[in-house]
Amino acid sequence: MVLIYLIGGLFLGWSLGANDAANIFGTAVGTKMIRFRKAAIIASIFVVLGAVLEGSGASQTIDSLGTVDDWSKAFVISFSSAVTVTLMTKFSLPVSTSQAIIGAIIGWNIFAGQPTDMQLLSNILMTWVLCPLLAAFFALLIYFPVKKLVENSEVHLLRLDAYTRLSLIIAGALGAYSLGANNIANVVGVFFSSNPMQDLTVGPITISATRQLLFLGSIAISIGIITYSNRVMRTIGNDLFHLSPITALIVVISHSLVLYVFASEGLRDLLLAVNLPAIPLVPVSSSQAIIGAIIGLAIAKRSASIRLKVLVRIASGWVTTPIAAGVISWTIFTLVWFN
Amino acid sequence: MPIIFKLSKNIEDQIDRFLTMVYDSGQIFQDAVSDYLRERVSEFEKKIGIVTEYEKVADRLREQIEKQLYLKTLIPENRGDVLAILENTDNVIDSMKSTLLYFSVEKPDIPDEFDPLFEKLTSASVKSVESLIKAISCFFMDLQSVNDLIAQVSKFEEEADQAALMLKRKIFTKDIDLCRKIHLRYFANSIEQISDYAETVSDSLAIYTIKRLV
Repeated sequence: MVLIYLIGGLFLGWSLGANDAANIFGTAVGTKMIRFRKAAIIASIFVVLGAVLEGSGASQTIDSLGTVDDWSKAFVISFSSAVTVTLMTKFSLPVSTSQAIIGAIIGWNIFAGQPTDMQLLSNILMTWVLCPLLAAFFALLIYFPVKKLVENSEVHLLRLDAYTRLSLIIAGALGAYSLGANNIANVVGVFFSSNPMQDLTVGPITISATRQLLFLGSIAISIGIITYSNRVMRTIGNDLFHLSPITALIVVISHSLVLYVFASEGLRDLLLAVNLPAIPLVPVSSSQAIIGAIIGLAIAKRSASIRLKVLVRIASGWVTTPIAAGVISWTIFTLVWFN
Repeated sequence: MPIIFKLSKNIEDQIDRFLTMVYDSGQIFQDAVSDYLRERVSEFEKKIGIVTEYEKVADRLREQIEKQLYLKTLIPENRGDVLAILENTDNVIDSMKSTLLYFSVEKPDIPDEFDPLFEKLTSASVKSVESLIKAISCFFMDLQSVNDLIAQVSKFEEEADQAALMLKRKIFTKDIDLCRKIHLRYFANSIEQISDYAETVSDSLAIYTIKRLV
């Protein structure tokens, strides 16, 4: 029964794994720098680690946005998000799981007549804008030292290729860890208040109900990676901008840093300790982080004009995705469940 | 992962050996032409044997490198460029071997007064090949130096052109049979062509170098 209610979130997790792993390993696998099997194993392991070790921060933010005290309601919210993502993908509209879940929660809040924390919501909206901007900034920051290193170091082309492969694996692992830490909130965040799990004690170790939930969600992401991301990885990469293995490395590192910044409780505490403003822990769009990093790279290379169409597409997703998810969530609650 | 580093090292060594073969063939070619002009027949034939052997080894190395780069899907972004460089450089060593074989088979009767110009032409062509090989090595190891070496290739190719033109003018102003003039011109062209091949490879190398920039 628990699994049936969780299935909306798990489906969302599967879809996230199938699509977003391509952001991390797409170019490396597409250019055959790394075999898919190796990429899938690394991504799966590190997604689980990221989710279990550092996934609770962003998940709590999702939980705080709307009180969902029943699994069945949490199921409708995550199911609405999954339907939104599926429909918008089908119609080739820009969509983000992170933005869909927020919209679906607001749809629930409206249906239930409970207030939405506007301060928190504005923080979340701010991170959506900040996410691609910060990714562009990181890409700019990383590009120049990498360029200098590659072009000035007297390392043989073949040796450089081997180092690049190794770096792509490390960056991919970091990317998968950050994806798990940040985006697990989309999968299980709404189930936090109504978590059906019990703490599990095995010998001297107690595994909390929250960690079990994070683990279950991350397994769904891993299954998505293993079962379906191969196809996405082989088609991604050159849609927006041709990436060489080295520029792909810069993009993946920038993306990973952004997702980590918006997921790490440790980093937030560190900033607070030195009296700096805390970064909100919010699930952000992995795809938009990638696009932001690519734009940063294009600026650094001064080789490509930034297409206004791409920016408009990102911005339109910030509006259309949550509205669509909100409407679908509200409609399901109204018509099917509680009418 | 250490396997890939070992494989890379292996191919790096093969590329180095390939380039060394072509570089050394240049010097042997120059010495062989000198031997021919001074009628040191046995030394000349010995050097043809060495260049022929080097050309065979270079061919084998190129095939091995190509095979491994494809099979192990190494340097996906630059593989096509590297293979083109190796194949076209192979043409340079082929051209040197063929020229020496023409000398050996056709035995052109070269008047002594043309010796200095034939040597000048040969030296300029060989220098263009040597600069090319240095440029290719830098393409793999030291991108910043490639363009200077490419400029050297062009400089020596131009020197070879001028030497060839001067030689051909002298040939055709000398009072000898027309068929002998045409025969000598053919050898001047054949030596000059080596520097043309070198320049063709270096032109492509300039583009491949831009592609390698991050």
